[in-house]
Amino acid sequence: MSETPHIDIDYVAKLARINLTDDEKSRFSSQLDSILGYIDKLNELDTDFVAPTAHPHEVFNVWQEDSVSSEMSVEKALSNAPKQRQNMVVVPKVVE
Amino acid sequence: MEYEAVIGLEVHVQIKAESKIWTRCRAGFGYEPNTLVDPVIMGLPGSLPVMNKRALDGIIKAGLALNCTIPDQCKWDRKNYFYPDSPNNYQITQYDQPICEGGEVEIELDGETRAVMGQHKKIKLTRIHLENDVGKLNHFAEDSLVDYNRAGTSLMEIVSEPDMHSGEDAFAFLTAIRQTMIYCGVSDCDMEKGQMRADANISVRPVGQQELGTKIELKNLNSITGVKNGINYEIKRQINELRRGNSITQATWRWDADAGRTEHMRDKEDAHDYRYFPDPDLMPVKIDDEWRNRIRSEIPELPFDKQRRFMEDYELPYTITSVLVPDRNLSDYFESAAKQNPKQAQAIGNYVVNDLQRELYESNESLEDCKMSPDLLLTIVNAVDKGVITKQIAKDVFIEMYKSGETADQVIERKGLKPDFDEDQVIAWCKEAIEENPKPVEDFKSGNEKAINALKGQVMKKSRGKANPQAVDGLLRKLLS
Repeated sequence: MSETPHIDIDYVAKLARINLTDDEKSRFSSQLDSILGYIDKLNELDTDFVAPTAHPHEVFNVWQEDSVSSEMSVEKALSNAPKQRQNMVVVPKVVE
Repeated sequence: MEYEAVIGLEVHVQIKAESKIWTRCRAGFGYEPNTLVDPVIMGLPGSLPVMNKRALDGIIKAGLALNCTIPDQCKWDRKNYFYPDSPNNYQITQYDQPICEGGEVEIELDGETRAVMGQHKKIKLTRIHLENDVGKLNHFAEDSLVDYNRAGTSLMEIVSEPDMHSGEDAFAFLTAIRQTMIYCGVSDCDMEKGQMRADANISVRPVGQQELGTKIELKNLNSITGVKNGINYEIKRQINELRRGNSITQATWRWDADAGRTEHMRDKEDAHDYRYFPDPDLMPVKIDDEWRNRIRSEIPELPFDKQRRFMEDYELPYTITSVLVPDRNLSDYFESAAKQNPKQAQAIGNYVVNDLQRELYESNESLEDCKMSPDLLLTIVNAVDKGVITKQIAKDVFIEMYKSGETADQVIERKGLKPDFDEDQVIAWCKEAIEENPKPVEDFKSGNEKAINALKGQVMKKSRGKANPQAVDGLLRKLLS
């Protein structure tokens, strides 16, 4: 590829709802740029004769019948939550 | 200038199932917070989704009932966004290969009165796709609390074409979808439990203009009435803006049902960039004719078809069918009785819609649990038909039967309601009534038809309500002629 792809680090950070310092911005954007460059190698392949595919394996219709078998206690489910109240996860107020 | 509104709806409907869509954790409403969760729901590292077959069957059934095409293959995509309702930071949905394409929904608008069938029309669908529902946020003054019980529930999104023009259209559209889903057993569509939710895209344009106006997405339409009121308010608001010379900016607004108005939520600049890509954890699904046909054979007669048939085959008035048909159990109940005595179908319909509904409501019993079976109902219909008891007395007999589970004849016998007199006695009472009431007799003879009712009333009184009013009417006319 002739051109190196470039990532808009501010936009990506906004989508991910994270704040980055200037130092992190320059570090991450060069790291992500190199990842994108690596992935971009795929564009060098001629895929004109390959049908669009959703999955690398030729496997379809994988499912289970509808029955209840899996569960987890509230305590366990919330053990990773930084803050909890009334058995619910406390998050900053974001009204959508 | 005259304006017209153009409306498209996005309707989310939860598919009824024991377990969730990507894991066999229980699905349900009204459980203690965060008790219907597991590693897949909480998005824990290493957990993998596995499709629930029932969700696929459910959406195919919904799609076929709404006249969609079911393509041979569909696939799953990740919709990426960062919001606390989704622990994975993505929702698995269908982007470019949905399971149902096209389709149309037959709707009925309100008639001139409740007794008249309204106009029917067809609303086109764009697609229906399958995805997982997300967790529920409860907002407080300082923070929000998240309950993930709802997350992972099988959810279909029914997307209509911009094919509606009023809140009334949207109301009828949702009513039709709800009834169809309930008939098919795909969902209960209880909006209070969040089983059915709707967003609307609304724009207005001068009448005659082809191009669509700028659209507003309207959210928070929490009831079918809310959808109607919210949309009608928003249409008026947009038309007023244009009349004042202002323009509409594409944005998301929300309906405030308490205040009875719409309010601005966010502009289009904040619109999400979801960065869809195929989900690597789930395999695509192939659907063949055998599968389509199996599901098609499970679809019951749909409500509007049943209503037309009831009106034709049983000559039921529209008002009775419009109570019977929305309730599949009630209409099945009616039909199992009416099939056995089609000539009395109207009488059966009346008992089901009036007396039975009233007793069920007052006793708080379900149709399945109550003692009044269709066969039992037929015994009272026959007793009235044969003139054993009057319609008036039948009302009380019905209540007794409902309570005890006895046949009409048993109640009539036990309560001594059978006439304890013969026709000669009735003739004698008629003669008495004529003698005692010269004024109505004179009125009737001089052409006042209604005057006979006064005489009839006297005879009924003498028989303590047990005489057959039609027979009395006939006898009086004979005696007066």
